[in-house]
Amino acid sequence: MSIEARSPPPQFVFRLKRALGGRSGWSGVALQIVFVIALVWMGYEIVANARANLEAQRITSGFGFLNNTAGFDVSQSLIPYSGSDTYTRVFLVGLLNTFLVSIIGIFFATVIGFAVGLGRLSPNWLLSRVAGAYVELVRNLPVLFQILFWYLAVLAALPGPRQSIALFNSFFLSNRGLVIPRAIPEPGWEPFLVAVVVAVAAALALRAYARRQLFEKGRAITIWPYVIGLLIGLPFVSGLIFGAPVAFEVPQLKGFNFAGGTRVIPEFVALTVGLSTYTAAFIGEVVRAGIQSVHKGQMEAGASLGLSRGATLRLIVVPQAMRVILPPLTNQYLNLTKNSSLAVAIGYPDLVSVFAGTTLSQTGQAIEIIAITMGVYLLLSLVTSAIMSFYSWRLSRSLAQ
Amino acid sequence: MKRVSLLFTLAAAAAFSAQAASAETLKTVKDRGLLSCGVSQGLPGFSSPDDKGNWTGLDVDVCRAIAAAIFDDPSKIKFVPLSAKDRFTALQSGEIDVLSRNTTWTLSRDTSLGANFTGVTYYDGQGFLVKKSLKVNSALELNSASVCVQTGTTTEQNLADYFKGNNMKYEVIAFAGADETVKAYESGRCDVFTSDVSQLYAERLKLANPADHVVLPEVISKEPLGPMVRHGDDQWFDIVKWVLFAMVDAEEMGVTQKNVDEMAKSDKPDLKRAFGTDGNLGEQLGLTKDWFYRIIKAVGNYGEAYDRNVGSGSKLQIARGLNQLWNKGGIQYAPPIR
Repeated sequence: MSIEARSPPPQFVFRLKRALGGRSGWSGVALQIVFVIALVWMGYEIVANARANLEAQRITSGFGFLNNTAGFDVSQSLIPYSGSDTYTRVFLVGLLNTFLVSIIGIFFATVIGFAVGLGRLSPNWLLSRVAGAYVELVRNLPVLFQILFWYLAVLAALPGPRQSIALFNSFFLSNRGLVIPRAIPEPGWEPFLVAVVVAVAAALALRAYARRQLFEKGRAITIWPYVIGLLIGLPFVSGLIFGAPVAFEVPQLKGFNFAGGTRVIPEFVALTVGLSTYTAAFIGEVVRAGIQSVHKGQMEAGASLGLSRGATLRLIVVPQAMRVILPPLTNQYLNLTKNSSLAVAIGYPDLVSVFAGTTLSQTGQAIEIIAITMGVYLLLSLVTSAIMSFYSWRLSRSLAQ
Repeated sequence: MKRVSLLFTLAAAAAFSAQAASAETLKTVKDRGLLSCGVSQGLPGFSSPDDKGNWTGLDVDVCRAIAAAIFDDPSKIKFVPLSAKDRFTALQSGEIDVLSRNTTWTLSRDTSLGANFTGVTYYDGQGFLVKKSLKVNSALELNSASVCVQTGTTTEQNLADYFKGNNMKYEVIAFAGADETVKAYESGRCDVFTSDVSQLYAERLKLANPADHVVLPEVISKEPLGPMVRHGDDQWFDIVKWVLFAMVDAEEMGVTQKNVDEMAKSDKPDLKRAFGTDGNLGEQLGLTKDWFYRIIKAVGNYGEAYDRNVGSGSKLQIARGLNQLWNKGGIQYAPPIR
C-alpha cells in the first residue's frame, strides 16, 4: 500500500480559530464575545448609575466648571496667573509646577543616585560606608516625613526677610525664599541666543569631526580648548557687537517682602530636595545592582588595557550595566513624579494641591476632577516610560545586542 | 470558570446597586443606632477632642442635640474628623449624615454640592491675625505681605478679593490642614494668618505666646457658619433645622438645662406646645413628643452652649455680638414652635 502525499488541510481557517479562541476553538471565541459585551455593558451601567445618583442629589456634573473664575491666588506660577483666571488656567499652573518639580527632581536624583551607587562600590572604605549609611537611612524613612523635615528644618534655620542673609547686596536668603536679581531681556538678547545656538552647533560638529578623524585615520585631536573658546567667545562677541543681552533688576526690601527680582520659594526647595534625596537612595541601589551584574572580567580586561578604574567604569562597565539599570530606573522616575503630590502637605501649589484640593472643594465636582488628575498622572508616567524605552532601544542598538 | 463567574456576578451587583434611597436618612440613622456627624480635625470652641477623645464644641453640641432628639442619648454619635478639602465629599457620599464643621453658607455650596444648609449656628466674619511686633494696626497696611491660609475655604477667595479690591499685592501660601497653616505662621514663613475671626481666637490659644499676636480690627466678609445635610431628604432637613431652632427658641423662652424639668410642667401655652403637652409637633417632625425636652436636657439652650464653648465660660471669651438673640441686640432669630 502506497502512502500518497496529500495537500495539507486549509491552514488559514485553522490558524484563525486558534488565534481567536485558543484551544477551545469557536466556543472560546463565543465566550470572549459574550465577556466583552458584558464588560462594556457593565461599564455603561456604572457611568449611568453614577450620573443618575448625581442628578438625584442635584450635584452639578459635567466639565463646565472649567470655565468658571477661580477666585484664588497661588504662590508660584510659571505662567502669568491671577485670581480672575479660570479653573483651566489653575489646572495649567498646577501642571507646570508638577512638571518643574518632577524634571528638576529627576535630574538631581539621577546625579546623586549614580554618585551614591558608585560610591557604595568604591574600594575606599569610608566612602562606601558613608554611601551605605545614606542609603539605609533615607530608604527606610517615609518620604512625607523627609519632605516635612526639609521644610521645617529649612524654615526654622532661616531668618525673617528683614534680617535676610545678603550676598553682594543682590542675593537675599530668608525664610521667604531665595531672592535673586531678575534678568530682563535687552535688545542684545536675540543675537545672544543666536550666538549660543551657533556655538553649540559648531561645538557638536567639531566633536563629530574629531571622532571621525580618530576612528578613520587614528588622529587624536584635543578639541576642548576650541569648544570652550566657541562657547564663551561667540556669545561674548555678540554681546560686544549688539550690546548686553540682559539687564538685572536687583530686589529691594519694601515693607514686608522684597520687590523686584525672582524668588525661589522654600516650599519648592524643600520638596525638590526631599524628593531627590529620597529617590537617589533607591537609584543608588539600582545602579549598584546594574554594575554588579556586569561580569568581573570586564573590570579586569579594562585594567589589563591600562585604563584607570574611573575610565574602565565610564567606558566599559556602565554602558553594559545600563541595560539592567534602565527598567528599575524608569520605576524610580515614575515614583518621584507621583510622590510630588505630597506637595500639599507643605503648601507648594502642585497639581494635586490646587486642582484636586482647592478646586475640588470649591466646585464639589469630585468625580470629574479626580478623573482628570488621574489621567494627567497616567499620561506623565506613560510619556516618561516611552522616553526611557526609546533610550534603551538606542542603547541596545549601539551595543549591537 | 466558576471563580470567574462569581467575581463577575459580584462586580455586576456592585455596579447595579443604586445608592440607598436618599429620602430615608432618619430611618438609616435609627437602624444604625448612631448619628454620623462630620466635624473638624480640632478647632477649639467648635469641635475638638480632649486628651481622652471626648469631643466638645459648639458644632459638637448641635450634633449632640440631634442625637438626643432621636435617641434620647447625646452620646450615640460617631464623630468623623474632616479637613476642609474632603468635608463635602464625605457628605455627598453618605459617609456622614450631617456636616457640623464651621462651614460657611454660600450660594454655590447650597446648589452645586448637592447639599442644603439648615441654619446658622454662628455668625462669623473673616479677619487677620498678625504678630504685635510688626506694629500693624489695620489690614490696609498689609501691602506685599505673605499670608498663610487653609486651602479649599471661602477664606482663600475672600482674601484674593480683598487684596485685589484695595490694590494691594500679597503672597499666599495655602496648606491642606489648619495645623500646618498655623505652624507656618508661627515659624515666620508668613506675616499674616487669615481665617474666620472665631478660628483666629481659637488658634491663637494654641500658639506658644498668645499675647504676642493680635487680631486686626477689619472683618472683611460675612461667614454664616451652619450645619449641612444632603439634598433630597426633606424630613431630615426639617429635623436638623428645627433642632437648632429649638435651642434658640429655648433661650428666648427662658428654658435652661437647669430649669427644664420645672418648665416642662408649666401652664404657659408656648411652653406647653414646645414640650409636647399640647399638640404633637414632635411627631410631625418624625421625632417623639418630648423632642424639645430631650434637646435642652442634653445640651442646654443656645446661649448656654455658646457660653460653655466660645463665650464667657470658655477660654476663647468671644462676646455674643451678632450671635445674641434678636431682641437683645444680635441677629439670632428662630421661627416660633407652633
